[in-house]
Amino acid sequence: MFAKEQVDSIREKKRKWEETTLKKVLDRFPERSQEFGTLSDLPVERVYTPADVADLGYERDLGMPGEYPYTRGIQPTMYRGRFWTMRQYAGFGTAEESNKRYKYLLEQGQTGLSVAFDLPTQIGLDSDHSLAEGEVGKVGVAIDSLEDMETLFAGIPLDKVSTSMTINAPAAVLLAMYIAVAEKQGVAPGKLAGTIQNDILKEYVARGTYIFPPQPSMRLITDTFAYCSTNLPNWNTISISGYHIREAGCTAVQEVAFTLADGIAYVDAAVKAGLDIDKFAPRLSFFFNAHMDLLEEVAKFRAARRLWARIMKERFGAKNPKSFMLRFHTQTAGCALTAQQPDNNVVRVTLQALAAVLGGTQSLHTNSRDEALALPSEDSVRIALRTQQIIAHESGVANTVDPLAGSYYVENLTAHIEKKAMEYIEKIDALGGAVKAIEQGFIQREIQESAYEYQKSVESGKRIVVGVNKYQLEAEEAPKDLLKVDPAVGRYQKEKLSRLRATRDPGAVELALKRLKETAQSDANLLPPIIEAAKVYATLGEICGVLREVFGEYETSVIF
Amino acid sequence: MTLAEGILAGDQRAIARLITIVENRPREAIPALQALYPHTGKALVVGITGPPGSGKSTLVGRLTKRLRQLGKTVGIIAVDPTSPFTGGAILGDRIRMQDLATDPGVYIRSMGTRGSLGGLAKATHNVIKILDAAGKDYIFVETVGVGQSEVDIVKTADTTLVVLVPGLGDDIQTIKAGILEIADIFVVNKADRQDAGRVVAELEMMLDLSSKEVEWRPPVYSTVATSGKGIDAVVEGIEQHIHYLCQNSKLEARRRERYRAEIMNIVKEGIITQLLDFWSVGGKLETLLAEVAAREKDPYAAAWEIMQTFTGNGKGGS
Amino acid sequence: MKERPIRVLIAKPGLDGHDRGAKVLARALRDAGMEVIYTGLRQTPEQIVGTGIQEDVDVIGLSILSGAHTHLFPRVMELLRERGANDILVIGGGIIPEDDIPALKKEGIAEIFTPGTTTQAVIDYIKENVRQG
Repeated sequence: MFAKEQVDSIREKKRKWEETTLKKVLDRFPERSQEFGTLSDLPVERVYTPADVADLGYERDLGMPGEYPYTRGIQPTMYRGRFWTMRQYAGFGTAEESNKRYKYLLEQGQTGLSVAFDLPTQIGLDSDHSLAEGEVGKVGVAIDSLEDMETLFAGIPLDKVSTSMTINAPAAVLLAMYIAVAEKQGVAPGKLAGTIQNDILKEYVARGTYIFPPQPSMRLITDTFAYCSTNLPNWNTISISGYHIREAGCTAVQEVAFTLADGIAYVDAAVKAGLDIDKFAPRLSFFFNAHMDLLEEVAKFRAARRLWARIMKERFGAKNPKSFMLRFHTQTAGCALTAQQPDNNVVRVTLQALAAVLGGTQSLHTNSRDEALALPSEDSVRIALRTQQIIAHESGVANTVDPLAGSYYVENLTAHIEKKAMEYIEKIDALGGAVKAIEQGFIQREIQESAYEYQKSVESGKRIVVGVNKYQLEAEEAPKDLLKVDPAVGRYQKEKLSRLRATRDPGAVELALKRLKETAQSDANLLPPIIEAAKVYATLGEICGVLREVFGEYETSVIF
Repeated sequence: MTLAEGILAGDQRAIARLITIVENRPREAIPALQALYPHTGKALVVGITGPPGSGKSTLVGRLTKRLRQLGKTVGIIAVDPTSPFTGGAILGDRIRMQDLATDPGVYIRSMGTRGSLGGLAKATHNVIKILDAAGKDYIFVETVGVGQSEVDIVKTADTTLVVLVPGLGDDIQTIKAGILEIADIFVVNKADRQDAGRVVAELEMMLDLSSKEVEWRPPVYSTVATSGKGIDAVVEGIEQHIHYLCQNSKLEARRRERYRAEIMNIVKEGIITQLLDFWSVGGKLETLLAEVAAREKDPYAAAWEIMQTFTGNGKGGS
Repeated sequence: MKERPIRVLIAKPGLDGHDRGAKVLARALRDAGMEVIYTGLRQTPEQIVGTGIQEDVDVIGLSILSGAHTHLFPRVMELLRERGANDILVIGGGIIPEDDIPALKKEGIAEIFTPGTTTQAVIDYIKENVRQG
């Protein structure tokens, strides 16, 4: 970005400064540490100058907002046009209770819904399955059939909200139910806007709610891409997620690398399935973590955006500019929250949310202060939402696009993260791509290595976590008013299910499941028979049961 | 009820306890092992070896399920490496067999190598006896799986399965020297991978080249352990091999070799223990070491002196 | 003779897939010289108890983040008692609200470790409390 003579002169100037001004000070006041690094252990220099971004070409590497390579943001006006979508992940207990929470959040000014499902739903089990015992309604809402889905969105016009669903292995089934609810509300599928997470690869490496083996799982995903590109053009068919990988303990570089490597695997699979890249790629979306190291995180988001644009253009030869754009949702880092002095978490979340906004996120979930202890209470959720609103309306950071661009440090770090992430992607390519790398345990091992190193650095005191290994309180009062899910939810769902099984049309269910099975055994698109089955009130467990029968189940292998 | 009685009655806790004793304080286990010995010899011991990542545990799990369908009971010994630095180990093989954890006809035990180098834990042969006495029809012994050092398994098992997978590089070339001799049966797992056919063909070719009039030519099976494909055939292959061994009294011969090795081991260890016990008294050994250190005696002379103890005491001899 | 290694079963009951803590702890215990049996996700109480008995472990460590501990932990203890194996030290960890801890301890869970606990604290606890012999 600077002329060569200018850079040389700055280098010379810096050298002189080190010998004179700096030396004098260092002799008398040594620095806090021999070496400095980011949260992810990338080296951090004392001071950055134009010499540290000498290789950067403004037009090649940054460009204008809304233009390739999109480093500065995917829209030309960013938050001057419209703020990011404030989207709080919520859901617990029964569909009735969650429906109430959604309405509350919409009243509070939230602009999109984000549905959390309970674990039995996430792994395709009905609430009356023996493994579901004790889990129903715990970490999200329990959905067994279309009936529950109708309740969940009762009184919420689906053509007016955008809905994000954190659902993966059975994503196609929940999407089918959503389409069916919309139809009952008189809303055509083409009008639906929202996202399904639908990202199975990170389930294998980090989140654990898988059902089927990789191959049929990838087919379910590409079938969804294909179905939505004709029928739900405004639907984000996948949210390729680094969030959970980061939560599992990886570094910022690894988060970018593994997420984009997963993205490459999905694009490869879809292209192989005969889909037109410029038709499905614009509907791919991403999901990242916002961790504690503010500037590293900003650099991470910018690096991810640039790298994905380059991959789509150079590697896949996409033509549609929308295919180049990495659109992403962000959630603040749950793993950075502490159970100790939980009010401090409000401050942590503020910094993390700021990083997401400075990094150009499209939507944001801010965690609640009590999430290291339990599900968030209503008060905590409100503070978390207010945090976003304060950043949006009061902090001023939303008034200009990509305000940290041109910072020697941030640009240097952006380039560094991009380079390191690319090296990982090349390694994964050499192993045969993300699916193979996961089957061989490469990605899992890398994550665990980082997680263990991090833990050791906290335990040795090398890394300070306020309130945990420094500035602890002698006696901490246990926080009160934590949200408890009523244990009756499980019983309630079971009863509801048995009523449903008694009152629906058994012949129609049987026929729909039979058709689904035939389709699963063929290579036709699975979405139409899944939608048919959902409409006649086949349960989630029944639909996934048929697919389990045909596809088998994924068996993990421990990798240490 | 004594531990041995508990084990003969199939009590899982008794089995578990004796295995622990055998691992930690082997001398204490001797009376129980002696009591169990008359009840052993019925189980068929199947060794499973192959490189890490070849799917040994998943395969063992699948074979076990098949044998359970056939009404057989199964013991599984899964060995993982112990860290030489900390003495700790992560024993993770069970993860692929956890659906068997609640089957009363299956007993799974994970063991760390605890310094033993041949791919098995030192106590493995005694654990086999315990599971044998407890009435298991088949006992699978899954080795650490680090390649060529897996020699102990042949001395331990009636039938040895070598598991290979496509896509681990040119592993056949690199380990063929060792595997041809130890395998009774080859399994090419993950056969849904592209180059599985090539691995099978290479194996068959190597077997053809080396088949210098062998009575048993190891069969090569293709499996996809994760889905269960090809498993039934492997079980049949194991049964055929056992049948072959029985027909030619080879089983008897193999086992006799094992008894010989075992007795020799006990003798060796016993002698060493007795000698060292004797020499430890009154610091005799330390004195001897000091003499060696001071170059007054050489190690051979010192060892000879120790070995003279028995004859010197009139304890040795014919 | 060398001191025998302590054997620990690290198990994840319930359906949640968050195993970062369990795996970090498993490695830390290994590095502290213990033999750690790791059985992966989605373990039923029956599987956990069956495994603990067959492996003759000194300690069972249960990790759960889904909130199902109130149901699953007591079930593990009940099965251990039924099978006469309640001499095994059982500890728990994960997102477990303070309020739930007294009831879990009453069921026989020896200790509950909440977020922020160091692996060293767990190692020390095990070494001090494991049964002798």
